[in-house]
Amino acid sequence: MSAASLVTVAPERAQARKAGWYRQPALLAGLILLAVILFMVIAAPLLTSYNPISQDLNATLSGPSAHHLLGTDQLGRDTWSRLLYGGRVDLQVAFIAVLFPFVLGTVLGSVAGYFGGWVDLIIMRVVDIVVAFPFYVLIIALVFVLGPGERSIYIAITVVGWVSYARIIRGEILVAKRQEYVLAAQSGGLSNLRIMGRHLLPNVITQAIIYAMSDIVQDILAIVTLSYLGLGIQPPTPDWGSMIANGQNFLTTHWQLTTLPGLAVVVTGLALSLIGDGLADLLRPGQS
Amino acid sequence: MTFVIRRLVLLIPVAIGVTIIVFFMIHLIPGDPARTILGIHATPKAIAILHQEWGLNRPLAGQYWLFLDRLLHGNLGTSLFYGTSAASLIAGRLAPTIWLIVYAAVLAIAVSVPLAMIAASRKDGIRDQLVRAVPLFGLGMPPFWVGLLLQYGLALSLHAFPVTGYGTGVFGHLHSMFLPSLTVAIGLSPVVIRSLRASMLNVLGADYITTARSKGVPNHRLFFRHVLRNAVIPAVTVLGINIGFLIGSTLIVENVFAIPGIGSLMIQSIFDRDFPVVQGVTLVFGIMVVLVNLLTDVTYASLDPRVRFDR
Repeated sequence: MSAASLVTVAPERAQARKAGWYRQPALLAGLILLAVILFMVIAAPLLTSYNPISQDLNATLSGPSAHHLLGTDQLGRDTWSRLLYGGRVDLQVAFIAVLFPFVLGTVLGSVAGYFGGWVDLIIMRVVDIVVAFPFYVLIIALVFVLGPGERSIYIAITVVGWVSYARIIRGEILVAKRQEYVLAAQSGGLSNLRIMGRHLLPNVITQAIIYAMSDIVQDILAIVTLSYLGLGIQPPTPDWGSMIANGQNFLTTHWQLTTLPGLAVVVTGLALSLIGDGLADLLRPGQS
Repeated sequence: MTFVIRRLVLLIPVAIGVTIIVFFMIHLIPGDPARTILGIHATPKAIAILHQEWGLNRPLAGQYWLFLDRLLHGNLGTSLFYGTSAASLIAGRLAPTIWLIVYAAVLAIAVSVPLAMIAASRKDGIRDQLVRAVPLFGLGMPPFWVGLLLQYGLALSLHAFPVTGYGTGVFGHLHSMFLPSLTVAIGLSPVVIRSLRASMLNVLGADYITTARSKGVPNHRLFFRHVLRNAVIPAVTVLGINIGFLIGSTLIVENVFAIPGIGSLMIQSIFDRDFPVVQGVTLVFGIMVVLVNLLTDVTYASLDPRVRFDR
């Protein structure tokens, strides 16, 4: 292929991507669903007039009614309001929590893949060790020693989560660094930092972004699980995990208290999985 | 045989790393670990005893050496809550957890194989589309929530299974542990279905399947004799890779169903602030994953000779 045709191919592909994104039904459905969820939790004060933590002991465990759309819990707190405000907390923590392992794993994975040798050996041994622990076990153990709360959740998720990104990015870099454009940049005398940051990363980061979508789902599950066990978001702050935990004592009489927050998690997970699948189809066609 | 030895040698640095992480847990505790663990009402004497027991007055390397030395003698320290050896506490509760792990793995295969077969039998058909939607919903389901729903539907409403507990005798265990195992299996099956479907489609495209078809082998026979056999090995590998997830979710599910395994021991000990037991269970979980991974690799190598020469 001549140099001229290479030049014309690139913008065509970019155009195809631009034109194609809304033709991916999975991606579109996921984005719409996520937008609706995000709108609902951000606009919570507009969608409910109840304070999620104010108790009304005259109206405990009431069923759905005109006053309380989804009823109330054992302390008379409005379930609809707690669902919205709880989602606010869980999603905010999850979206922030995914950033740290993403950055750390990408940096360490790039360094390991690009330089190879003993740097690679050490980083990948550490990966093997972290992977040896079950995800939930290490997160719960870390939150226990660090003490409950958001800060511990961020640290625990970072310590456990970076390894997947490091593995993905390292694998991509190992292939990409043999490509001609990297060799050209190296023979041009560019610094390693510049080659990694400007040339390699933009080409390998898509895989990590696709993985991040399913990783957010996993982080939401971890946060909700920690809160269910009483180790995550601390009461009285509303959160889907503690809502499920509170509701389980009333499972036979008021099943909605347990079911609804769980459904909220599932629907959020569905939206993010759809986006992840759609992105995968869009960014690496033919591989799915 | 050399493959097994090579695999064992590779295991050593990982095993040492696992002990280092577990050892360092104590130094992540903010402030003086002994004081934090014992609480504000601790006497100076009690704190001094813990310092002595954990070797906190030694340099870091000395502390780790003490930890490792005790570990190799099977000593995980003394439970602060029960006053007995943490190792014997954990050993006494290992059986229900292993039951749960094995039972869940079997159920995960039992759920996934038929669904993957249905999906692969006609690619992109309506049934394939339906099965492919399973992971989209399944991956976002909190394991404890699935457990609670099964508890409500099958135990509390239909009374088909006990709500909680481990049961007695083999049939008692099989009956009592069905719902918890199913809960873990449901969490695991999306990943297994996905890879099993992919590997079945892969096998269906192979030349020997075309040959079998052209010889007039009936469809059901083709599926069971030719496709399933070859597709199930990758599925077992996927199960092995996800053993960390499998073991991790037993930790949560044991608490929902009140199963007296090491998972519920860990959570209970967290609330009792019983640090040595939490540390011990974390270590045991880590060792379990390492051993199962080794077992998967060795089994796979014995089933498929190509693996032995690959590395």
